[in-house]
Amino acid sequence: MKLIHKFALGAMTAMAFAATPVLAEIRLGATVSETGPAAFLGDPEAKTLKLLVEKINAAGGLNGEKIELFLYDDGGDPNKARTFATRLVEDDEVQAIIGGTTTGTTMSIIPVAEEAKIPFISLAGAIEIVKPVKEWVFKTPHTDRMACEKIFTDMKKQGYTKIGLISGTDGFGASMRKQCLDVVASYGIEIVGDESYGPQDADMTPQLTNLKGKPGIQAIMNPGFGQGPSIVTRNYAQLGITLPFYQSHGVASNGFIDLAGKKAAEGVRLPGTALLVESILADSDPQKPVVAAYVADYKAKYNIAPTTFGGYAHDALAIYADAVKRAGSTEPKAVRDAIEATKGLIGTTGIVTMSKDDHLGLDLSAFRMLEIRDGGWKLAE
Amino acid sequence: MRLSEKHWTLLILIVLVALTPFFFPSSYYFRVGSLIFINGIAVTGIVILTGYAGQISLGHAGFAGIGAYTCALAPVHLGIHPALAVVLGAAISGALAWLVGRPILRLKGYYLAVASLGLGILVSMLLTNEAWLTRGPDGIDVPDPGLRDLFRAMGLGFSATEAWYVFNGFMLIVGAWLALNLYDSPTGRALRALHGSEIAARTVGVDVAGAKLTALVISAVYASVSGSLLALQNKFITPDVSGYMHSIEIVTMAVLGGAGSVLGAIFGAGILTMLPQVLTVFAEYEQILLGLVMMLVMIFMREGLLPSVLRLVRGRGE
Amino acid sequence: MPELMQFLLSGVTVGAVYALVALGFTIIYNASDVVNFAQGEFVMLGGMITVFAHMAGLPLPLSALIAVGATAAFGVALNKLAIEPARGAPVVSLIIITIGASIFIRGATQLVFDKQIHRFPAISGDDPIHVLGATILPQSLWIIAGAVAIFIGLWLFFTRTLIGRAVLATSNNRLAAQLVGINTNWIMTLSFAVSAAIGAIAGVLVTPVTMIGYDFGISLALKGFAAAMLGGMGNPKGAFAGGILLGLIEALTAGYISSQYKDAAAFIIILAVLFAMPQGLFGKKSTDRV
Repeated sequence: MKLIHKFALGAMTAMAFAATPVLAEIRLGATVSETGPAAFLGDPEAKTLKLLVEKINAAGGLNGEKIELFLYDDGGDPNKARTFATRLVEDDEVQAIIGGTTTGTTMSIIPVAEEAKIPFISLAGAIEIVKPVKEWVFKTPHTDRMACEKIFTDMKKQGYTKIGLISGTDGFGASMRKQCLDVVASYGIEIVGDESYGPQDADMTPQLTNLKGKPGIQAIMNPGFGQGPSIVTRNYAQLGITLPFYQSHGVASNGFIDLAGKKAAEGVRLPGTALLVESILADSDPQKPVVAAYVADYKAKYNIAPTTFGGYAHDALAIYADAVKRAGSTEPKAVRDAIEATKGLIGTTGIVTMSKDDHLGLDLSAFRMLEIRDGGWKLAE
Repeated sequence: MRLSEKHWTLLILIVLVALTPFFFPSSYYFRVGSLIFINGIAVTGIVILTGYAGQISLGHAGFAGIGAYTCALAPVHLGIHPALAVVLGAAISGALAWLVGRPILRLKGYYLAVASLGLGILVSMLLTNEAWLTRGPDGIDVPDPGLRDLFRAMGLGFSATEAWYVFNGFMLIVGAWLALNLYDSPTGRALRALHGSEIAARTVGVDVAGAKLTALVISAVYASVSGSLLALQNKFITPDVSGYMHSIEIVTMAVLGGAGSVLGAIFGAGILTMLPQVLTVFAEYEQILLGLVMMLVMIFMREGLLPSVLRLVRGRGE
Repeated sequence: MPELMQFLLSGVTVGAVYALVALGFTIIYNASDVVNFAQGEFVMLGGMITVFAHMAGLPLPLSALIAVGATAAFGVALNKLAIEPARGAPVVSLIIITIGASIFIRGATQLVFDKQIHRFPAISGDDPIHVLGATILPQSLWIIAGAVAIFIGLWLFFTRTLIGRAVLATSNNRLAAQLVGINTNWIMTLSFAVSAAIGAIAGVLVTPVTMIGYDFGISLALKGFAAAMLGGMGNPKGAFAGGILLGLIEALTAGYISSQYKDAAAFIIILAVLFAMPQGLFGKKSTDRV
């Protein structure tokens, strides 16, 4: 038994080491959902991390030290994410963790990072991740509450006061729905219809029919990600609903226009990041060079354009790299303090300035209200 | 002295739980070990249901979900200790199994599979959709039952992961012991009789419905406790614990290792829990390999891995 | 009333998807008593192969044809490599084998293709057809037509053709079937090929409506399986009716009660039906052999 066990352990360690070069000095951990229901978020995140670590190492590393990336696929399962986080901390002895594609996986990684006292930069949306502020936890994407606020600001400007909500019952949709319900009153907007659909549903016309029939309804919004919002958008066109239609940042990708169809997607508004409208950004836009470089590198290596979600990973690594350079060390406490002192860092999602009370460092200005016109993105502001 | 199979099983489990930690290079291995024990408890329940009684369930994760969320909710809303919540969860799971068991167990083969599948999906949906209570798909925090303090009071300075390794290992051994005792009891004999042939069992006077119901209730309690322990150890739980994939995982572990014996099923839990950890370097091929292993074992080792391997070893010895 | 009409049309649209998937379960079950848990993967393969063949520049009809042919070949391979060698294994082993096959196919698909969500154009465009104030997409009519055609085809196959009867005979009693000169191995291979092809046709037809991705097979198979059980496993009539019924229950629940609980309502009704009629709506009573 002992022999078998030793062999198993030996094999496990040998394989873990065989995968990565041993010369590296900065040990960076990551666990993202490369497979599973959140794969289309996690896959570009993993690709981005590999790409950028390669790029940093080719340029001589950080402070002369190369990065060794320990990257695991948690399949979107929070329990697995917890195990991999433990493995990163205890076995791989990493100095920081990036990851947690979904809010569920992020929440289960947080206790591990907090206990081990190493910085953890999450790639997930929910506001609970950074509020209340946790000493070692940061995140890069806008919170879903900010997405609600951005959309409601636009609605208020257009003079809509009665709206309908149709949200997915997956983590993304449910969490954003809750945040939207929380903040909607302060914009003088009333939710007159609140429908939902399952993440794998094939037809949402009953829900949309109900919303359409609500008296006085002026606009409809759809918090969700995956194929759901594309089907909702198609059904919207099928039913001939002419009310203004808002989607969330969860579908801020060109894939959405392809899946929903140019015709059905026409006029849809959503809050997106600079990454999505890279080609139409003004040359004076401070984010332009950063976003353009990322898009070019990503396309060169993978032959497809990166998505907003890959951008989250880009920013996480940029924040970490920037902090390591400023701290002049990879010692977790020093890096944590440096991350908290991040100031004016230009990322793909926005310009990041963190503080003791703000472990996200983005404001609403980083979100851009976009509108789909002729199968492409236009700035709506 | 010749040991019975029951004593062999317990002896092997105790030795494994107690001695392997001496070879653990880091506390991450305690975490993996602990997860094996948690899964081991759930599959022991499947041994009773599938191995002994020959019934198939594709919804046992539903009971794990009940156990897990009782531990998350009861201490907050009812003010009871998390340890007591484990018992409460087990009671709710057992009661639910008993309630739906009678009509479900009239169904045979695939019909039972789909009915249990539906039950599991209903629980999962409830946990996902009733966000006012369960906080929805993003999961909920679970209170700390104070296991480390308990060990500290006993003079044992374990880390949290080590403490859970020890405790879950203990729970698994207790669970295995109970299952093995059941095997030799009149109920166990009744279960095995109906596994062979329901009609024959009925003819010789076995209370078929009663025996099946007992097996379902007991296995639901095992699944529930396993879910509770997972929630308590992680201090956080999401509705994934009650999902269809988890139900499949539990059954696969048991059948792959050998659902006919407690040790075999736990062996299966060990293999399938470790597999994704070993395969991280081949993460891209993980699913392909897992699927292949499942098919190959079922084709070439029908009783499961452990019984087949043992037969091979014994055959060589004779 | 236009609301009710829209709910009904939505229910029929979704129900036809379920019915198509459920019909795929029928043949294999009839030939071998195996419920093929990889049936959803056949549907997924039908959609994905079409997507990628189309992306490679082939015209859509040819891509669809290739997808159906290739998936049928996978069905044959599954039977030859995994089901045939496991003959006589208990039900639970067969379940695990087909689940293993589904995991394998998913893993291979995400490796060979990708993990993105795809779609290709609908056969007759996306302009909705108006019926009594409600709307339905032309593709939904294609799906319904596909389900009806396959249903009639299967029904004729099982009742009117010698091979169809041979399939049923093989399922009832393999030994007896062999004794009367039926090549049962060939029957099994045929039924896997046809089931896989039906799955792939389903995939081709539903992709413009549901979209497709490497892991879409699981939920499609779950619903299709539930529909087949609701109607009575092994009976094409049951699969068809079960699918449509399931779709209608979901749409009406979403429309009149709560969209959150439409899946719950569907499963509660399935459980209720199974409690009252353990063989499903159209299932035959079976007798136990001692």
